[in-house]
Amino acid sequence: MSLTPLPLLQQLVLVLAAIVLLTSFVLLAQARLVSAIHVFAWQGALVAAVTTLVAAAGASPHLYFSALLTLVLKALLIPWMLHRLARRLELDRHVETLRWPTLVIMAAVALVIFSYWLVLPMVQERLAFTRNIVAVSLAVVLIGLLMMVFRQQAVAQVLGFMSMENGLFLAAVSATAGMPLVVELGVAFDVLVAMVLFGVFFFQIRESIESLDVDRLNRLKETAEEGE
Amino acid sequence: MTAAPWGAALLQALLYAALAPLLVGWVCKVKALLQNRRGAPVLQPYRDLYKLLVKEARVAHTASPLFRAAPYIVFVATWLAAATVPLVAVDLPTAAIADIIALVGLLALARFFLALAAMDVGTAFGGMGASREMLISALAEPAMLMAVFTLAMTAHSTNLASVIDHQLAGGIVLRPSFLFALGGLVLVAVAETGRIPVDNPATHLELTMIHEAMLLEYSGRHLALMEWAAQIKLLLYGALISNIFFPWGIGRSFAPAGLALGLAAVMLKLLMLGAALAVAETVLAKMRLFRAPAFLNLALLLALLGLLSHVILEVGT
Repeated sequence: MSLTPLPLLQQLVLVLAAIVLLTSFVLLAQARLVSAIHVFAWQGALVAAVTTLVAAAGASPHLYFSALLTLVLKALLIPWMLHRLARRLELDRHVETLRWPTLVIMAAVALVIFSYWLVLPMVQERLAFTRNIVAVSLAVVLIGLLMMVFRQQAVAQVLGFMSMENGLFLAAVSATAGMPLVVELGVAFDVLVAMVLFGVFFFQIRESIESLDVDRLNRLKETAEEGE
Repeated sequence: MTAAPWGAALLQALLYAALAPLLVGWVCKVKALLQNRRGAPVLQPYRDLYKLLVKEARVAHTASPLFRAAPYIVFVATWLAAATVPLVAVDLPTAAIADIIALVGLLALARFFLALAAMDVGTAFGGMGASREMLISALAEPAMLMAVFTLAMTAHSTNLASVIDHQLAGGIVLRPSFLFALGGLVLVAVAETGRIPVDNPATHLELTMIHEAMLLEYSGRHLALMEWAAQIKLLLYGALISNIFFPWGIGRSFAPAGLALGLAAVMLKLLMLGAALAVAETVLAKMRLFRAPAFLNLALLLALLGLLSHVILEVGT
């Protein structure tokens, strides 16, 4: 599908989706925890904006509600909770040392190409104008996964998990014009509960290994000093 | 082949040489105003160039003929590169001869001789500056080429004139790929012209300088040509960014009215771009040299994302 015959509003949807992909990359490479939380909030806001515009362009009014839900949950509530957690865990100024940042970014680029290749048969079908976004959302999911693999810091891993959820939501919006409301509400509450549980776990992990660097969980010895 | 296109091309090349110091003066003026200083007049770079041109050129004993020849080569290569970028009119014969890859090549030629000349005398600073310049350009060039390929894939041509024609013919189209290419190209331009997050154009502080370190041994007319070439390069990148991504107003014929309108439009765009550059230089701090690769990796990533989003989002069945 070429871009030029589309109305301006639908072009704007594609631009916003591309920026969601960019925020995924920024999230992957952002070493400062607080900045990463901000980037995650922006990603949530962008996903909400994409949903609103799809609702406006495709005349599916039930998507307005999903957009509102995403905005409140992903752009405001969860970032606020994470921010509070980071402050209480005294991680405000935490800067993670990333291992092989360039390599990870290039792996993420490879993931984007892979997800494009994966959804090619789907794009051949005559779907709505948003079908090209499916590749983008799959890439966001895979990059979130990559972030969970490569980050050692527990809060950053949770950010990766949450951005995976963003990608799934974007896929639902772009491929099928949104899930039924019941499913959406269920997922939203799942995410919220997961967030609360993560918060509890952060404190547990820190109590047992005095750090949130989950690589230390791999060691068999009980105390952290012996491994140093 | 008639005289009018070549006349316009010649006029535009002269405009590049004539306007380049003005842009630098404007950026300096805005920067000074932002820092609550009155600042030098906008025409100050012309006076500096004139002063350097009439001064005697001193050359070190150890310098080879290459050291004397380099300023002329650098200036001519940069000027030739600038002549291929449409400034006031689109369908220039010079743009038809040399496409955007030739432009990158001409800039690389200028940079090569600049670095050679810096190492020629054998001072420590020259070698250091040359090594840093090569570090930055080796990372900036792939990013620039990626951004260029993004444009080329959209317009199906690497010719700058047809890219701009394609943009003008399409009307207002929001392209994610152009957004990313713009971001990447801006970062590359900042790095290549030695502006603040990467290099500080106003410093002679020994430890941090890149471009200045290479010019330390030059004086008189040689220095004037080198400075002038750097100013033309800034104008070149400014014209490249403003005319590719915001081509509206550029002259499409060689009638005097069209050319005058094109000149006014490009001056307005460059004024805004220069002011934006000055604001960015005021709010940003210079990075450590070892952060520069990360900065240019970001440029490469943006350009790559532009390429990918063109393939994923803009073309298809």
